Amino acid sequence: MSAEPSFVPAASLIPADAPFPKAAKVALGMPQLRKNLAHATGTIRAKRAAVAGELDDWEALRDAAAAIKADVQHRLPELAVEFERNATAAGAHVHWARDAKEANEIAARLVREAGADDVVKVKSMATQEIELNEHFEAVGLKAYETDLAELIVQLAEDKPSHILVPAIHYNRTQIREIFDQKMGDAPAGLTDEPAALAEAARLHLRRRFLSAKVAVSGANFAVAETGSLVVVESEGNGRMCLTMPETLISIVGIEKLLPRFTDLEVFMQLLPRSSTGERMNPYTSVWTGSRGGDGPKDVHVILLDNGRTNVLADEVGRQALSCIRCSACLNVCPVYERTGGHAYGHVYPGPIGAILAPQLEPGRHDDLPYASSLCGACYEVCPVKINIPEVLVHLRQQGPHQAGEQAAMRAATAVMARPRLWRAALRGARLGSMPWRRKGFMRRLPWPGSRWTVSRDLPVPPKEDFRDWWKERGR
Amino acid sequence: MPRVALFITCVNDALFPAAPKAVVQILERLGYDVDFPEAQTCCGQMHANSGYKQDAATLASAFETVFGDYDAIVTPSGSCAAMARDQYPHLIGSDIGDHVYELSEFLIDVAGVEDVGARFPHTVTYHPTCHGTRALGLGDKPMRLLRAVEDIELVDLPAADQCCGFGGTFALKNSEVSSAMLADKCRNAAATGAEYLAAADNSCLTHIGGGISRLQHTAGAAERRGPRPIHYAEILASTA
Repeated sequence: MSAEPSFVPAASLIPADAPFPKAAKVALGMPQLRKNLAHATGTIRAKRAAVAGELDDWEALRDAAAAIKADVQHRLPELAVEFERNATAAGAHVHWARDAKEANEIAARLVREAGADDVVKVKSMATQEIELNEHFEAVGLKAYETDLAELIVQLAEDKPSHILVPAIHYNRTQIREIFDQKMGDAPAGLTDEPAALAEAARLHLRRRFLSAKVAVSGANFAVAETGSLVVVESEGNGRMCLTMPETLISIVGIEKLLPRFTDLEVFMQLLPRSSTGERMNPYTSVWTGSRGGDGPKDVHVILLDNGRTNVLADEVGRQALSCIRCSACLNVCPVYERTGGHAYGHVYPGPIGAILAPQLEPGRHDDLPYASSLCGACYEVCPVKINIPEVLVHLRQQGPHQAGEQAAMRAATAVMARPRLWRAALRGARLGSMPWRRKGFMRRLPWPGSRWTVSRDLPVPPKEDFRDWWKERGR
Repeated sequence: MPRVALFITCVNDALFPAAPKAVVQILERLGYDVDFPEAQTCCGQMHANSGYKQDAATLASAFETVFGDYDAIVTPSGSCAAMARDQYPHLIGSDIGDHVYELSEFLIDVAGVEDVGARFPHTVTYHPTCHGTRALGLGDKPMRLLRAVEDIELVDLPAADQCCGFGGTFALKNSEVSSAMLADKCRNAAATGAEYLAAADNSCLTHIGGGISRLQHTAGAAERRGPRPIHYAEILASTA
């Protein structure tokens, strides 16, 4: 059995603001976490591969999605204004937020104006990014998560560790304990059967839905042509939040814009298959302003920049804004699978986080572009064809370099750019490694070689190299 | 017959003469005249992927100077071929990468052969390295060549498409994560019971081989704890 207690807020165990290698080392030392992650990512990975493989035009869909997103990036300002115009005409109030602070303040003000002091929430990465819940807490408001996994994370006083499956680091035994200890109204004798856990959450949330005056959501897509917002979900909690309260506040990153309503055809095929491995998600909600009768009377949209226009300015890096938050890249990433999301120290973990976080918050997260072996599995599955390895290398080329490493690289270049020096260096290496020749490998090297020999032996140069052999053949 | 240039790569230059020797033997057996430009050094991938763009550009330009006059440059590395093809265009504005072939690409796409006349009476499992598979799109080309080898017994590698955790300087900068990935790769390799683990890149094989060697030492076992690493070119060159 695992050494760590079965339920401790996982994020609290990973040192906050530690560089990725350090945080990853802690995560690697948590056997239950690694077991949960390997099981969960392995399962979703297989489901995604199966349903993506069913479509003959999968590659054409990916190309179309990438083209639509590139078009959006080329004319984002005009599309944002078009969205505002059409949403406003349909009865919505559109607000513009430069950063997290502005978005949080607008949202808090709107909640107060609606005469409420709490809100129900649809799962939303944008609100995680701006730490809306924390801001509400600080100003005396309360946000209740209603997505099952977000509820688990919130009750555990933890942080999400995955974009789509925020509680991926917990197994059902741990979830039962969290409900039992933190929910307040968990049924007696709750078992760890998934259906029993879901029922407990359903009953717990039902009261909130019925009493909430205000809901806060994000959006998967914002259609400029019609001023519509779209939320794609699995549990129906989103539909409850989007239809029952009187006031609806949606916080939407400006990169979520799509030009036309028909563009949804492409993304509605790609997103469910890439994220949950389903052909179709159970609930898709589309709303356009406010219509009287059923549904919210007071509809607000907060368009959020929070660093996105900076990302847009980088011609290579901007493709990160194409992300539709499906998390297929997380599920196939060999690094994410072993460390989980908390080690990344940002709300967007995994390969997409490694290219998005350092761009959204320049100067921070400089370690993240290196949290990849550049294996390319992420690019292979990305439904919008973000060339993540290309952006990782691009960001590495922007970032600051450690002085010792820089000196070593410069020295290597000086040698490798001069064939005679290179050959001399090869001869030197052969001479220097002579003591190990009989053994055939080196087992312990001084730093930084020790970073290699911590888990692997290093072969020694051979007695006769290729160049000797070539010369002997008399060519 | 066209003259082809051999790019042996810096890793093979320093540590593994057998793979480039094997390439020479295979190509000469097929009737090609192989040239080895002695001024060659490194494609610059380590620099580019570690974030040293200018240094990488210097080495890429040197590569172009050395190999610029050849129609075909053959290399026993999927990773270095991918570097030239994917990164040289924006690094130095050169399309020389279009003339750089990983060995299996040259044999199948240019020479048009699958059976290179090899015999290798051993059990072999194949690890499709990441850059060869995903960046270069080698597909099953190396496997098609291996299947044509006489008396070889090929065994499937579980979770073959998972990275071994090498990733160049990733193995040093994120040593712990890299080691965790390596441990899984070594366990899967050992589970095949194969005598050899073949791949198209000696850098990945250095990593996996180094891991298996360490496991063997740690366990203090007399018998092998996993397959021996071997570049697949050596299998194709073998006529044992």
